[in-house]
Amino acid sequence: MVEDNESTETDFITYEEKNPYIKYFRKDRLPTIFCSGCGIGITINSFLKGFESSGMDFNNLSLVSGIGCSSRIPGYLNCDSLHTSHGRALSFATGLKVGNPDLDVVVFTGDGDAAAIGGNHLIHAARRNINLTVICINNNIYGMTGGQISPTSPEGSLATTAPYGSIDTPFNLIDLVTAAGATFTGRWTTAHPLQLSNSIKNGLLNNGFSFIEVVSQCPTYYGRKNKLKTPVSMIKMFKESSINKRKVGTLSEKELLSKIVIGEFVNKKREEFSNKLENLSHKESGRNTIRKSAYIL
Amino acid sequence: MAEIQLGNLLIYYKEIINGYYLFHIFIGVDMIKEIKIGGFGGQGVILSGVIIGKAATLFDKKNSVQTQSYGPEARGGASKTEILISDEEIRYPKAQNPDILIIMSHEALLKYHADLKEEGILIIDPDLVHLDVISDFISEHKIDVYEANVTKIATEEIGMKIVANIVMVGVVTKITKLISVDAAKKAIIDSVPKGSENKNISAFESGYNLF
Amino acid sequence: MTKELFIQGNEACARGAIEAGCRFFGGYPITPSTEIAEYLSTTLPEVSGSFIQMEDELSAIGAVIAASWSGVKSMTATSGPGFSLMQENIGFAMMSETPLVVVDVQRGSPSTGQPTMSGQGDMMQARWGSHGDYEPIAISPSSVQEFFDFTVLGFNLAEKYRVPVIILADEVIGHMREKVRLPDNVETFKRIMPKEDPKDFLPFKNVRNGTNPMPAFGDGYNIHVTGLTHNELGYPITINPKVHSNLVRRLVNKILKNRKDIVSCDFKYCDDADIVLISYGSPVRSIMETVKIGRSSGIKLGYLKINTPYPFPEDEVVKIAKNVNDLMVVEMNLGQMFHEIERVASSNAGVHLFSEIGGTLPKPNDILDRILELL
Repeated sequence: MVEDNESTETDFITYEEKNPYIKYFRKDRLPTIFCSGCGIGITINSFLKGFESSGMDFNNLSLVSGIGCSSRIPGYLNCDSLHTSHGRALSFATGLKVGNPDLDVVVFTGDGDAAAIGGNHLIHAARRNINLTVICINNNIYGMTGGQISPTSPEGSLATTAPYGSIDTPFNLIDLVTAAGATFTGRWTTAHPLQLSNSIKNGLLNNGFSFIEVVSQCPTYYGRKNKLKTPVSMIKMFKESSINKRKVGTLSEKELLSKIVIGEFVNKKREEFSNKLENLSHKESGRNTIRKSAYIL
Repeated sequence: MAEIQLGNLLIYYKEIINGYYLFHIFIGVDMIKEIKIGGFGGQGVILSGVIIGKAATLFDKKNSVQTQSYGPEARGGASKTEILISDEEIRYPKAQNPDILIIMSHEALLKYHADLKEEGILIIDPDLVHLDVISDFISEHKIDVYEANVTKIATEEIGMKIVANIVMVGVVTKITKLISVDAAKKAIIDSVPKGSENKNISAFESGYNLF
Repeated sequence: MTKELFIQGNEACARGAIEAGCRFFGGYPITPSTEIAEYLSTTLPEVSGSFIQMEDELSAIGAVIAASWSGVKSMTATSGPGFSLMQENIGFAMMSETPLVVVDVQRGSPSTGQPTMSGQGDMMQARWGSHGDYEPIAISPSSVQEFFDFTVLGFNLAEKYRVPVIILADEVIGHMREKVRLPDNVETFKRIMPKEDPKDFLPFKNVRNGTNPMPAFGDGYNIHVTGLTHNELGYPITINPKVHSNLVRRLVNKILKNRKDIVSCDFKYCDDADIVLISYGSPVRSIMETVKIGRSSGIKLGYLKINTPYPFPEDEVVKIAKNVNDLMVVEMNLGQMFHEIERVASSNAGVHLFSEIGGTLPKPNDILDRILELL
């Protein structure tokens, strides 16, 4: 008995013909809950393209997420997925990776989930350099609860809890995780799907903590509140305000405030956390940690 | 309601009307020996309790429970351990009226002396406490006092101040006979850091031969 | 040959966990539970397990839940303030049916309270601490031996019923040293892998006994685990009343309908008793002593020792209440289990409360004083 009142009758044949990645979806869960024009669709496609080009095995993939629009992604992809509580995705992902280091673990999160309620877990996961790939879809607003300011909302931007414009100073997520010790970081917008998928591939292949920020549009709340009513106008804004990290040197600090700096920022080697635990187990017990021991002990 | 304990009798009494008392006499209270050791953190007070408890249970095959209490300070705060030893099962694990009180700091003397049982044994390190402040209590309750300068012995005879607690275990073993010498030595070897066994056994013997 | 040790309760708990098959610990230091983490940080690597000190208790319980889904028996240990932080994801573990063990070595509370002293102020938090309807299993040891045995039992019940199990210990038991007999063979409940093909398997099926087999991540079942209300496939279905009702009722009933298998109590001298003392955890030691003294002087006392505060041993309490004049609940709080006992027993017997707060065990003589007032 399977009840599924959230899906409606839709013909997916055209999707399958048009989208080469539809094979990775739980088709019985489509359509998604995402608003039309949301940047999550572009992000999922970019992720799947990056994943395919990384050469990794989809059957070995586990997805973990917290709460928010972006955290609904794992529920639509046909692999093991853990949809947890608000902000805690990285702590769950840490337990999953340590419990079975053979799994490839990817975390989908948003600006509120990762940087507000989950900020502490974010910096500590980066500090440990645990092999997780974090895809943070930053739409500068809380979409699921109806358009409140987030820790990345630009100063002056409007939201239901900032009717006079935000007076908070936004986080620069890349600077934050870089300072905390991430070994791969990149930032792109949904106007850069090819570069994004390439960075996701690089992040997946990095044996350490990888953080990819996707500046994404929320036309429903951010756009409507901030005079960017259509997805097209938002993507146009992303294109116009993006600046490659190589060109940053020519701009003043004030000029940079209105820009989105894109590119890959960190790509370095540092010993990975679950490897260290495996080495310790090897040293003390003569073997790797036991996989799936609950079924035998 | 007031209470007194005489041997294995526990007597409750309450004055109902002038001169008329209500008595409840409980017999068969267990013959559990209660030891309380008080000092300050860093003296090894708790380890000495662990050694006595371990000697009694694992090597003398009696029953024993060791509990402890300490403050929030990592070092230097008040530290206390209690050890109960009995041939029977021990239910209530805390000392109520210790038979033996071992005192390694003046603060502990002031805090715990009043709990000591009538005709109980009080062992102190005279270099760390001023016994005269409780001289009335001692005479009134016929307390049997032993002065064991364990810190001095540890420093001068063994050359390690930190084994004062083990010297004290030797003293307790001799005076109370609650644990056997053999069990005490086995428990010490089982509890102290590897390589320090000989020094600790010497410390134990110095304490044991003090009385 | 069984091995005998003279060890602290917290060490006995950690040793019990290893014997029960625990191979993952995620935690955050807190007095008076820290010795459990310290012992496991040494021992887990020696048995090919993993120890991780997390950044807080919020993440500790998260890591433990996910480690359990990776296919490893997992636990954490904490005290009141950390237990409060874990409530969010204890609810997630209830909803997602994740086997794990949370050890709460209770201290004086509320708030940071008395870190080095004992208390039993978390009893109702263990029952109702996370939001929503759920049925926890909670076990309270009253000796160092029981802290070992009940930790093993906790893991076995967690796996058998796919629930988080809470070991509600307290500072006295955590820090006390006593003799422990370590058995040669510890019976463990091994996790059950589904027999069905992944495409035919419903991970959250409404089965009669309530508990489904549990695949691990990476086994090809492509399972979706969520804290949202979900259907039998695990997919979020959040606005259908029937789906929610079926799910939550199954989760609650899988414990309640197996109450007989889970509940454990010990009682002594209750047959002819006038007054029965009831307790759990370390104050059990006080009531045992009180009964011993009372009986030896002709006062007809008995005691009921509750090993499993949850599911609450309703039938056992009622049965005893029918045979006695009075019940006296002895606990280290201002009355928490007292209200449960009063709820089920007050129509059959007088129910009285002996509270001890401040951090020390109730003294048998003080309990006797109260009993003499009742006689």
